[in-house]
Amino acid sequence: MIHNTKAHKFGMLIDLDKCTGCGSCMVSCMAENNVPFKEDESRKKDSITWMRVYKLTNGKSFPDTEVVYMPRPCQHCSGIGDHGHSPCVSVCPATATDYGYDTGIVSQIYTRCFGCRYCMGACPYHARYFNWWDPKWPEGMENYLSPNVSPRMRGVVEKCSFCYHRYQLAKDKAYAEEREIEEMEYQTACTTACPAGAITFGDLNNPAHKVTQIVKPDPHPVPGNPKVVGKSRNPKVFRLLERLGTNTKVYYMSEREWVRKAGDNYLDGEWDKVKNHHGAETSHG
Amino acid sequence: MKIDRRSFLGLGLGAAAGIAVSPVGVKLTDDSSIWTQNWPWTPVPEDGEITYENSVCSLCPGSCGISVRKIKGRPVKIEGDENCPITGGGACLHGIAGLQYLYDPARVKTPLRKNGKRFEPISWEEAISTVAGKLGEIRENGSDTLGLITGGAQGSMTGMFRRFLDAFGSSNAFAMPSLDANLELTAQTLHGAGKTLGFDLENSDFVLSFGAGLLEGWGSPVACYKANSSRKERHGKLYQIEPRLSNTAANADKWIPCKPGTEADLALGICAVLLSKNLFAPGVYPGGLNRFTANVTKQYSPENVEAITGVKAADIEKLAVEFANAKNAVAIPGRGRGDQGQSLREFAAVQTLNALTGRLNKKGGVFIFDKESYLSFPEAAMDEIAEAGAGKDKQAASLDELVTKINASDAPLLNALFVYNANPCYALRDPKRVKDAFKKVPFVVSFSSYLDETAMEADVILPASTFLERMEDVPSGGGLAKQVVGLARPMVNPVFDTKNPGDALIALAQAMGGTIAESFEWETYEEALEAIAESVWETLSEEGYAVVAEGNPEGIPTTNFAYMADMPDAVQAQGDGKLILMPIDNMRLTGASSPFAVKTVSDKVIAGKDVVVEINPATAKGLKDGGDAVITTPVGKAKVKVFLNEGMMPGVIGMAKGLGHTYDNPYVAGKGVNVNDLIAPVIEPGSGLDAAFGITASISKA
Ligand code: SF4
Ligand code: SF4
Ligand code: SF4
Repeated sequence: MIHNTKAHKFGMLIDLDKCTGCGSCMVSCMAENNVPFKEDESRKKDSITWMRVYKLTNGKSFPDTEVVYMPRPCQHCSGIGDHGHSPCVSVCPATATDYGYDTGIVSQIYTRCFGCRYCMGACPYHARYFNWWDPKWPEGMENYLSPNVSPRMRGVVEKCSFCYHRYQLAKDKAYAEEREIEEMEYQTACTTACPAGAITFGDLNNPAHKVTQIVKPDPHPVPGNPKVVGKSRNPKVFRLLERLGTNTKVYYMSEREWVRKAGDNYLDGEWDKVKNHHGAETSHG
Repeated sequence: MKIDRRSFLGLGLGAAAGIAVSPVGVKLTDDSSIWTQNWPWTPVPEDGEITYENSVCSLCPGSCGISVRKIKGRPVKIEGDENCPITGGGACLHGIAGLQYLYDPARVKTPLRKNGKRFEPISWEEAISTVAGKLGEIRENGSDTLGLITGGAQGSMTGMFRRFLDAFGSSNAFAMPSLDANLELTAQTLHGAGKTLGFDLENSDFVLSFGAGLLEGWGSPVACYKANSSRKERHGKLYQIEPRLSNTAANADKWIPCKPGTEADLALGICAVLLSKNLFAPGVYPGGLNRFTANVTKQYSPENVEAITGVKAADIEKLAVEFANAKNAVAIPGRGRGDQGQSLREFAAVQTLNALTGRLNKKGGVFIFDKESYLSFPEAAMDEIAEAGAGKDKQAASLDELVTKINASDAPLLNALFVYNANPCYALRDPKRVKDAFKKVPFVVSFSSYLDETAMEADVILPASTFLERMEDVPSGGGLAKQVVGLARPMVNPVFDTKNPGDALIALAQAMGGTIAESFEWETYEEALEAIAESVWETLSEEGYAVVAEGNPEGIPTTNFAYMADMPDAVQAQGDGKLILMPIDNMRLTGASSPFAVKTVSDKVIAGKDVVVEINPATAKGLKDGGDAVITTPVGKAKVKVFLNEGMMPGVIGMAKGLGHTYDNPYVAGKGVNVNDLIAPVIEPGSGLDAAFGITASISKA
């Protein structure tokens, strides 16, 4: 009998220099998770995309313009001090969204959600979507729906689950075979779909996993900002709005400084101070 | 919502600050959630055993291996196949959305016959006998008046259609523009007939791309993505030459903006620098090198090329030296996806650059392959009519020329036309002209799966099963450095009353009788395929793939400079407008289209029912970002929205390709305009290619 003695902390690293903006991750996520679609999806506010690829530019004029694509799943925030109080979880009156202390995954339980949308207001990353309408598939198309993810209905909020059902399937299999799950057994649908290999997914608590080896998360709080835990010791790696202490588990990587800078809102001159805290040289641990 | 960086993150900050203040009666809401929610209206998908089956996607020329996840035999998800020799796993968004095509609202569900303006459903027996009867009459009065339009020119399915034409007695087979055809034409022009080009991107340390949209769907898209990622790991370089900051340019080490349609001039400019500096590699050059050297150095000095392309003379010289000195470098031709609006001049100029710098058949360079065919059809049975028809010339050199000739002639040039795997009434430039030509063909038979723009023009539709419902060999193409054939297998029984087009063709041949029937003496298409692909069948059927050629071919092929030494003229954009309208290939849009894929398209491309065009703020005098405008070209006019984009070269308007469909799929069609409606073809002398890379245009406030 195997007991789950050690908690997992699943996380992701997205290499923005490799991402091509192709959109495979978006479609793979939609197909994996029974995400519906409407006739007009150009109003992006009500377009449900658990994974959305944003386009960032450096703001310079022709021909010095640069563009980078930034895929954005739910960041699976661990909240201030890494205690599991994700912004969205803290505000949900119905306990319809919850932090999994054994996985680090922020769940969404549709049958409990009654659509107050507080979580949507609380999420700094626009990762949550509201079902304003019932899903409707063209005749016959329901035939491709997966039984592993329940289709949602009007009036509830949904978001990326790190493909939790894939974890469950892998865990059940490992349990039956009396072993722990392997790194490659549980991978999210966006990760496996990415033709550029831009996404790395794994357990940030497992030093053998590739994601941990690249991110090198610092287990100690950041000096001067104890809300922030798990900051990367890789100078090329950053998180979105890191200083808020949302302690997201989706990390981004880029060689380009302007891209790393785009991960937060900085005051004039502030970046130069902050970026120095951003390297292996200055970080302890 | 404007999703620029500032609002995306800025809005977030404000929202986060609001976390602490959210008072709610927890108990009350918890109760209400329990009694309001018993969701009877959402589907409950059936559960069961999970299995995986492999196949090959044929939505584009990529030929990527796919793995289909089934639950209790029902396909629920498509992903890439890790064992695929082309991709090694991963798939593009269209392949992943593949299951949506099965239930596309625009699918043709049964054979249809046009009655007046409407289609009426008929049985397969009736459809086959109608077509056979009609073709029988036509054959009596001139067998060479049966024409054929196919998507590509490869594979057994196209082979079957061409065989039908042979047995019928017609040589009028035409294909849609494709990268493969362009590469073959280039190889033929420079290195001899029966050859094609493959680019060893996986091993190249310096890729100089003359507009090739490596991340926009050029060639075999997933293979290109993979090669691009591996390039980053190998610290190889990519320089992208094109007027727009495309995704490829954005991902490249350097973006070299050049004026639209001048990629070939830049390539020639680089050749001129190399030749004048004696930096070229020894090679086998049987003809024309001296004449080419004299002409190119005279006409394409760096200063001249700067004036044509907008790239600085000093930069051209530097680039030439850098390219010549790189170890495993390669130059690649073909704007965007490399299929439409291409010129032989550009392809040949770029390949000449490869030849001069010694990249032929070298690792990381370009391979000159013999076109291997793994297929061997038995000799077709020919009666007198077939023999007579085989001796006659084709009606036109290219599909575009055919359209022009049909429209110009009073008597019908073709009495019947087959269309398979092609949508020329949408995808060719100025499709109205194509529709007019279709109307002048008395009997059009479509083998389409969807009631698309071209199928609408048909008299009879013999609906094809989709790639997930049928067996078919899927040969790789698209400039890959190896030649592979994959086997697509039926993943699901046909959802509607459709057939494998090969089976429809066999039934038709049988109904026609005589030597045509003798030429199709197979019970089924699957039986035919097994016999025709005998040389690879064992591997193909057991492993799902067979590698036909791989690795760099031996020796250095000869390069004939005769064509380039004549200094062919550049094709100019039509009209005298001040700006150039240029179609944009966008991976999420061009090619195949499904609800999921369209959903991913940015609101900077589609806004409601409008198409958004890209224009540099310096050019867009008086136009506002997000505002309405009208574009006028010599062939059309369109209402558009404006996106001010610094990634666009001044003087150029970019419009996405793949919009403005008119068929009955509200998720995909009825959005924006078809950019082809605004562009007229410009035929390149000699090659016969439609080389219109764009058209001149003006834009004004609506
Ligand atoms: S990204 Fe948003 S939805 Fe996801 S855990 Fe964080 S706050 Fe919650
Ligand atoms: S982890 Fe799964 S649910 Fe989340 S974005 Fe990726 S595919 Fe979608
Ligand atoms: S699939 Fe990969 S390359 Fe494509 S947009 Fe997503 S992360 Fe980027």
